[in-house]
Amino acid sequence: MTNATTRLPTPAGVPKSGSLLVRGRRTQKRHAAEFRFRMMGLAAVVFGITALFGLLAAILSNGLSSFQQTSVVVDVFLDPAKLDKGGKRDLEELQKVTTFAYAPLIQNGLTKVMEDHGIVVDGLSDKKAAELLSKEAPAQLRRYVLANPAKIGETVSFSLLANGRIDGYYKGRVSMESAALDRNVSPEQLMLADKLKEAGVLTTSFNVAFFTAPDASDTRPEAAGLGVAIIGSLYMMIIVLCLALPLGVAASIYLEEFAPQNKWTDLIEVNISNLAAVPSIVFGILGLAIFINYAGLPQSAPVVGGLVLTLMTLPTIIIATRAALKSVPPSIRDAALGIGASKMQSIFHHVLPLAAPGILTGTIIGLAQALGETAPLLLIGMVAFVREFPAAPPEGFFDPAAALPVQVYNWTQRGDPAFVERASGAIIVLLIFLIVMNGIAILLRRRFERRW
Amino acid sequence: MNMMSEGATEKAVNAPQPLPTVKMKGEDVCVFYGEKQALYNVNIDVRENSVTALIGPSGCGKSTFLRCLNRMNDTIDICRVAGNITLDNENIYDPAIDVVELRARVGMVFQKPNPFPKSIYENIVYGPRIHGLVTTKGEMDEVVEKSLTRAGLFNEVKDRLHEPGTGLSGGQQQRLCIARAIAVSPEVILMDEPCSALDPIATATVEELIDELRENFTIVIVTHSMQQAARVSQRTAMFHLGNLVEEGDTDKIFTNPDDPRTQDYITGRFG
Repeated sequence: MTNATTRLPTPAGVPKSGSLLVRGRRTQKRHAAEFRFRMMGLAAVVFGITALFGLLAAILSNGLSSFQQTSVVVDVFLDPAKLDKGGKRDLEELQKVTTFAYAPLIQNGLTKVMEDHGIVVDGLSDKKAAELLSKEAPAQLRRYVLANPAKIGETVSFSLLANGRIDGYYKGRVSMESAALDRNVSPEQLMLADKLKEAGVLTTSFNVAFFTAPDASDTRPEAAGLGVAIIGSLYMMIIVLCLALPLGVAASIYLEEFAPQNKWTDLIEVNISNLAAVPSIVFGILGLAIFINYAGLPQSAPVVGGLVLTLMTLPTIIIATRAALKSVPPSIRDAALGIGASKMQSIFHHVLPLAAPGILTGTIIGLAQALGETAPLLLIGMVAFVREFPAAPPEGFFDPAAALPVQVYNWTQRGDPAFVERASGAIIVLLIFLIVMNGIAILLRRRFERRW
Repeated sequence: MNMMSEGATEKAVNAPQPLPTVKMKGEDVCVFYGEKQALYNVNIDVRENSVTALIGPSGCGKSTFLRCLNRMNDTIDICRVAGNITLDNENIYDPAIDVVELRARVGMVFQKPNPFPKSIYENIVYGPRIHGLVTTKGEMDEVVEKSLTRAGLFNEVKDRLHEPGTGLSGGQQQRLCIARAIAVSPEVILMDEPCSALDPIATATVEELIDELRENFTIVIVTHSMQQAARVSQRTAMFHLGNLVEEGDTDKIFTNPDDPRTQDYITGRFG
């Protein structure tokens, strides 16, 4: 009892300083250490932000121009003598006519445009002048004619893609000097382009085809688009979402709530964490060996890519889901069990709704990771040159397709500098998708987050 | 048996009240957490329509014993229970017992108020709904009103039944939890330090409520407060280091305990 009233002795060894306004030596050292640490942290943040802005600036400056495309309006006379010699408008007959038959028609059309506007460029043959237009132009015409055979014999106005070099001229990639050294384009062609632009025939507009057109060959970068890649990526994301979310959540619930704590579950837990750190290309090898070689699934198909990415995403989802389940206070489980809910009811009625924001965030982050994954897709053949759009799901899951990041990789491998622009543009599209997905994750988190 | 009860009725006028029937009974209950033994051969009777208080210093095993009474300890992997605990003479640790049914009959209120993060209405209705006691909207409204009224909360919350239960004050939340427990019409209600997170006014309200609930339910309460045990309970059991030290009428335990440890504890010499 007496103990309670006696005071603790003041600790020995602490010298009493005079004024609180004067800092002691120890205090000064502590403040200096804190200041150094703060400055280092700030420097790290500044470095990170600079790097990020540098990266974004590089990508945007290279890639933004891919959203604009130069095209020329040409009235083309669809000459029946060239396109339909039989005169029966028979589709089978029409299909036998190749793009070589269309090229002269375009050339005639362009010559007429030049005549109409009084454009004359010295030393430029009609054939060379027609090379101002993309090699894709005859194919565009042919597609139109096959779709509208009745138009044969009429003069139709087309907006035809300009050659990649001409397009590059207006984006600052090609100049008169470089054109003089380039055998793909001549200064005369550039002069013609300038005159056409003055006449209002050659225009630059928003590049819708970049999002809708399939990939194109090395010689026609101006026609290359992301259409097939976007659909391929979309299909894979559907597969990943449909497989990885239920599997991952079910596995997490079992491991977190039902499984006994023993060395087997410990082993599984360690391995899930390890799987999350396995290099993605290893999953590609696995996909190649199991899904393609063993199970005989088609190459380059979104179904295989989706399965491989599912395997890659599962650990991410399981780890996020388990963390979310763990963070639900035990008192909620007790409350449910205490009024006679079964374990399953307590989990599905109370724990899971509270864990949902965490699970959704983890899933979307995992999906975003899968969307940007390239290496495993290379191994299962998604790097192939695909011009055919895959069919609608579910058959389309088995058709060859590309994927966004692989398309970027693919385009950076090509020689023509126009593809560098396309690749940067594709990166911007990919980044926009990722930002949107992360934004959705944040929104869902905000929306479903409940306090307890 | 017959003779004894007749004898009891004769003396009823000036002798102590006859002991109510035994609702739950613990026989040689031992509890182990892994290797560590937490309870040693506890024998205890919980009597119908009375409040039994479990007291003792921290870590003495009173909460462990309480959680054995509706098998909440099942959720702890390493926990093992030996001995018998009966509810109406049925062993609740019988493998054939359905633990969900048991918990519907032996409800529980926890130390910290833990309403579901849903509306007050949903909090009450959840239990009856999963047990199939209510199906129509009318029945649900009825059970909500009845339970909240019995928990003395209805008048305070009747205008905001569809607002979150987590928005109530601490005392109201705890009464909501009690209302939630009685909504499934249990026979026994276990309370694990129900007032430890509440201020004195809310505590007084909950204590009054416990006293009223005694008419319809059998209550077992763990408490750290001697005064609370003395105020609300008819029977008291004193635990110390995993042993049941003494069990008897509250009046007797607090005025004339048999065991010196009980004497020391209730006078505040340890614990």
